[in-house]
Amino acid sequence: MSNSHFVRTQILPAQKPPVGQTGVIKWMRENLFSSWFNTILTFIGLWAVYALISSSAPWFLNGVWTASSVDECRAIIAASAGEGASGACWAMINERWHQFMFGFFDREEYWRPLLAFALLFVALSPVLYFNLRRPTMIMTGGAGAVLVVLLWAVGTDGWHLSLAAAVMAALAVLAWVAPKQLLWATLAFPATAFFLLWGGSVWAPIGVMAGFGIAVLVWRGLQGLIGVTPAAAVAAFAACVWWGFLQTYVTTVLAQALPYFSLPAEDSDRFGGFLLSFVIGVSAISASLPIGILLALGRRSDMFLIKTLSVGFIEFVRGVPLITMLFTASLLLQYFLPPQTNFDLILRVIILVSLFASAYIAEVIRGGLAALPRGQQEAADSLGLDYWQAQRLIIMPQALKVAIPGIVSSFIGLFKDTTLVALVGLADPLQGITKVVKADIAWKAAYWEPFIFVGAIFFIFCFSMSRYSMYLEQKLKTDHR
Amino acid sequence: MANAAKMQVTDEVAIQITAMNKWYGQFHVLRDINMTVNRGERIVVCGPSGSGKSTLIRCINRLEEHQAGTIIVDGTELTSDLKNIDKVRSEVGMVFQHFNLFPHLTILENLTLAPIWVRKTPKREAEETAMYFLEKVKIPEQALKYPGQLSGGQQQRVAIARSLCMKPRIMLFDEPTSALDPEMIKEVLDTMISLAEDGMTMICVTHEMGFAQAVANRVVFMDQGQIVEQNEPKEFFANPKSDRTKLFLSQILGH
Repeated sequence: MSNSHFVRTQILPAQKPPVGQTGVIKWMRENLFSSWFNTILTFIGLWAVYALISSSAPWFLNGVWTASSVDECRAIIAASAGEGASGACWAMINERWHQFMFGFFDREEYWRPLLAFALLFVALSPVLYFNLRRPTMIMTGGAGAVLVVLLWAVGTDGWHLSLAAAVMAALAVLAWVAPKQLLWATLAFPATAFFLLWGGSVWAPIGVMAGFGIAVLVWRGLQGLIGVTPAAAVAAFAACVWWGFLQTYVTTVLAQALPYFSLPAEDSDRFGGFLLSFVIGVSAISASLPIGILLALGRRSDMFLIKTLSVGFIEFVRGVPLITMLFTASLLLQYFLPPQTNFDLILRVIILVSLFASAYIAEVIRGGLAALPRGQQEAADSLGLDYWQAQRLIIMPQALKVAIPGIVSSFIGLFKDTTLVALVGLADPLQGITKVVKADIAWKAAYWEPFIFVGAIFFIFCFSMSRYSMYLEQKLKTDHR
Repeated sequence: MANAAKMQVTDEVAIQITAMNKWYGQFHVLRDINMTVNRGERIVVCGPSGSGKSTLIRCINRLEEHQAGTIIVDGTELTSDLKNIDKVRSEVGMVFQHFNLFPHLTILENLTLAPIWVRKTPKREAEETAMYFLEKVKIPEQALKYPGQLSGGQQQRVAIARSLCMKPRIMLFDEPTSALDPEMIKEVLDTMISLAEDGMTMICVTHEMGFAQAVANRVVFMDQGQIVEQNEPKEFFANPKSDRTKLFLSQILGH
């Protein structure tokens, strides 16, 4: 009876959990030995790890780094580890690493791809870290420091080494003083990298970039007068006119008038190894994201023509193997282009790989778009935002956030797929370069070493991408669920 | 309770809906709607679910398209002309049942986004306006948090403030309290009442009959896509004319 009017007058204070519910012991009990079945699995797992390590460790540990042929490697291993012991012949990598890295690029000019590679990180830093001062600065400075070491390691002459160091130092200072301005370096990166890698006159890449500049100017000028979308169409047309008719003429005149800025030309057939993989991978990744976004929006558009074209493109490209696209790039594309145009093979491959990747990215982004509640678009509409504003400010930031794991997966897949260019005669690091290196009778007997080496480098970059995507997910997490 | 001096209804027409019809495919969802809203009027729209009341107010800022008749908002007729639509939308604020705040932006960014991008207000000024309205809805201290960190009632008040930052001349409320816990309904209703006291033209779809009695000067009852009855709140609740209204009122007030 007395309980029927129970009223608590005080809220009880929080108490500590009972002993044994925290710490290492609890973790082991819960995760390793929670039942007899789990305990057995734990021991089987330990045994598997032991078996793997004990069988492969000697091969790695007996590895020989300096030798002039596989036979010599084997002799050294037999001498040090006993007859019949197995060991890796890393000497092959030691001798030929530059081919795995740079293909057939001029040894004198290694500073150029290395500088371009360092500039890639400078260009990425403001995009990856939202103009935040500290990480931008660390990435730029770090890239500069690594670059100097690498340049020294490949024996660059003092003049180019100090030039590269000065450029990187200036950019690091810029990153510290005005991280936002670093975006200009990002915008200039494609032309800079092209100039550094292929060489020739500086005016050719500047001419191509000028086309984009013209497009932006036309778009800005007309946008207020005729609306966003028509202005974009006119701008694209103006840029095409520039590229198609005026650019060659203007750049030739400029190159004759100011012939000072040029680098020795490197033809595309000198590209190989990771240099090739990076050129194709980075270009295709950065081109496929914006194209993918447009395709995803096009697929959801109310406009019949745009929708049909987007769906048609996506379904067609996804339905065709990448290898078909690569053969198209190497053989067929030439027939469709006007005569006399001699499109570089690497450029053709980049274009088709980008289109291929963009179809996948479009579908991943469409998944992100579908995950958004309809209310977001309605709220944006009700505030008077127009279509592009709503997409840019409200819809895409959220859709892309949802789609990050899928997008990064596609990027990783794309990066690894760059090895498929071996099929159209380009020297990818995995098959192309390995073949070249093993054509030398001294290294013919090596089997695992090149694959492990190339695989390890791919792993480093793919794993970094995956870690970055996790950082990004954490950073953009604002829903506090 | 309500500040009568400011709550004057003027003769100026804010919204004029004439012979408006809407279909979803074959389904005739709004049938021959005629309605005039004067500036300063506060209208509560009620009715059973599926009666078309949400659809009606969503037509007013063209989140839904009507197929026949005319809707004129502030002198601008709603047609498929995008310029007119954007003009009307920037003059008409809307508050949704599920708040629809932008979860990737802070409260302050939610409030300043449209003024900055649509009205081209300088950022500093937009932030000042935003803080003014956040204080008005009594949560200035939440400005730098994300929507996910706020309670439902707070989120809805932010949503109201977000609409107010565009300085709208008309506010539409689509069941603003239906997704809230009972304890939070009051704080949102208080915000709406103070808005009414400032003389805002409001159309509210709501089942909060207390709110209707306190601030509305007209209650519109809808059923099966038509306006069945409209009257002053006192008259509407005391002497409903149609049988359908009587049944509806007995059901929502009966317990």
